[in-house]
Amino acid sequence: MDTVQAPSPAKGIIPARWWLPVAVATACAALLLGVMVGPAGPTWWRVPLALLDRLPLVTIDSGVTPREWIIIWEIRMPRVVLAALVGSTLALSGASYQGVFRNPLVDPYLLGVAAGAGLGATVVFTLNRAGTSSWIIDPLPLSAFLGGLVAVVLTYFVGTAFGGRRSSATLVLAGVAVTALATAVQTFVLQRNTDVIRQVYSWILGRLSTASWDDVRLVIPYVLLSTVTLLIHRRLLDVMRVGEDEATALGTSVDRVRIIVVIAATLGTSAVVAVSGLIGFVGIIVPHAVRLLAGASYRTIIPLSIFAGAAFLVLADIPGRILQNPSETPIGVVTAFFGAPFFLLLLRTRQANR
Amino acid sequence: MTSLAFDSVSVRYGDRAALAEFSDTVKPGEWLCLIGPNGAGKSSLLRAVAGVVKHAGEVRVDGTSLRFRSAKRRAQLIAYVPQTPVLPDDMSVREYVVLGRNPFIPHFGQETKHDWDIVDDVLKRLDLGDFAQRHLGTLSGGERQRVVIARAIAQEAPILLLDEPTSALDIGHQQQALELVDRLRREHGLTVVSAMHDLTLAGLYSDRLCLLHQGYRVATGTAAEVLRPETLAEFYGVSARVHHEPDGTVVVIPFRANDAGGRR
Repeated sequence: MDTVQAPSPAKGIIPARWWLPVAVATACAALLLGVMVGPAGPTWWRVPLALLDRLPLVTIDSGVTPREWIIIWEIRMPRVVLAALVGSTLALSGASYQGVFRNPLVDPYLLGVAAGAGLGATVVFTLNRAGTSSWIIDPLPLSAFLGGLVAVVLTYFVGTAFGGRRSSATLVLAGVAVTALATAVQTFVLQRNTDVIRQVYSWILGRLSTASWDDVRLVIPYVLLSTVTLLIHRRLLDVMRVGEDEATALGTSVDRVRIIVVIAATLGTSAVVAVSGLIGFVGIIVPHAVRLLAGASYRTIIPLSIFAGAAFLVLADIPGRILQNPSETPIGVVTAFFGAPFFLLLLRTRQANR
Repeated sequence: MTSLAFDSVSVRYGDRAALAEFSDTVKPGEWLCLIGPNGAGKSSLLRAVAGVVKHAGEVRVDGTSLRFRSAKRRAQLIAYVPQTPVLPDDMSVREYVVLGRNPFIPHFGQETKHDWDIVDDVLKRLDLGDFAQRHLGTLSGGERQRVVIARAIAQEAPILLLDEPTSALDIGHQQQALELVDRLRREHGLTVVSAMHDLTLAGLYSDRLCLLHQGYRVATGTAAEVLRPETLAEFYGVSARVHHEPDGTVVVIPFRANDAGGRR
């Protein structure tokens, strides 16, 4: 059978070493665009000038008034930065879960992590949110992390107990069940605390619109810790691709890698869910788009997902801000609008490949 | 060169004993071939040595028990080619073969240039240089087997375990794969333990055969000593003639039981 037609070598659209600079440039361009557009504020082309003006040793007369500068710096900037952090973390976590569970269909939402984190955050909201403001460490991300971790562990054990390790559909189904359970408990908690319902619901639908630098400061330590940990494990995620037995025979402590990666991805996801609410599909669209363009090695997928995820969510946030001015389309609606058809397409191609 | 000793190695899956009290010593540079019917415990023994399943008893490499070795150190000593390796369709050959360098890379580290140099060298020596960027999903059966062996060689371990390395191959590719293993064994001074179903090939390539039956070691020795019609009848339940070629090759030829002696 050596006569099988040799397809052209795995050459991408562009040379492999260019992908990272391209991704970084795309993310930077998206960030800039995100700061430039908005319903109120200065003319778009003045924004880059105003930003340059703020650099040390640079003086440009941008014609931006102090009031407009406040719109740029205190309203648009934290929102765009938060969108970038949330997008990169969700994409990175999605890629990591896909690697560690050897299942291309999972993401933070389908595994129930987001719902669990949402439940954890809701509990903090109902227990006197105002009272926690004086705490040195905000309990919101930690409570979300606890909820997310319980959810992913539950999903994993239910999924593997009934489906065995090889069944990718069972894991997703278990995630759906865990999500339903967490959502039900959340609804129950909310019904008993009707005073916070409005607050929680606006948060559930994706809450980037009220982002402030405080939110950015709140998530940044968790996002950094999670990102660095997952980046370090990108090579081991490639080793895991040959399965548990062979990875073990190659000298990898599979359980240790699995635990560390799941904890790191869940920590990042939970922290961003705690500040941004539930924004679906980023964790599945972005890694798969990266996989299609730049190859299936996690050595590539992991770093590229960070920048592609940031760019994707910053861009996805833009139509929400300008479409229905002055009210806003929640970003979770925008990502679902693109993500749901994409997911169906993915399911279809996987079926066809069987 | 490195020796491999088994001291009462047992493997259980739940209640079922797959391998019972296996003891043997593989001399440095020797090729031991495990034979026996399906379920005899050949794969279990190899999996135990590779660290994939738990076992009782001791496995010693150059006299030191593997029990006190980390998974990483074990993988530096032992390369394992499983019966049905997992070959992700969208992984390139080069990405796959570099996985063999895993035991030498720290947990938090990445491959160095040295690792990639070894990979490229192995690919070249196994005539896989042109395949480096090909995806595993596009390879034929013979090519896949060579790529898996390439990964094991990139591991630079002195002991090579092969579980049914030729079961998916046609007769020509079986010979190619085994010739390759034999060549590499001589070049690198490898100690080889393989499990094989084709008794003629097993006898042809290995130094010594070891016959397992229901988890027990029932016979060991050269091909001429182990491959006897009455032994094969007893443990395989097969009616076979054993033919000795002038060059020492032992050929096992099955025949139709109801046709015994009738056809010549």
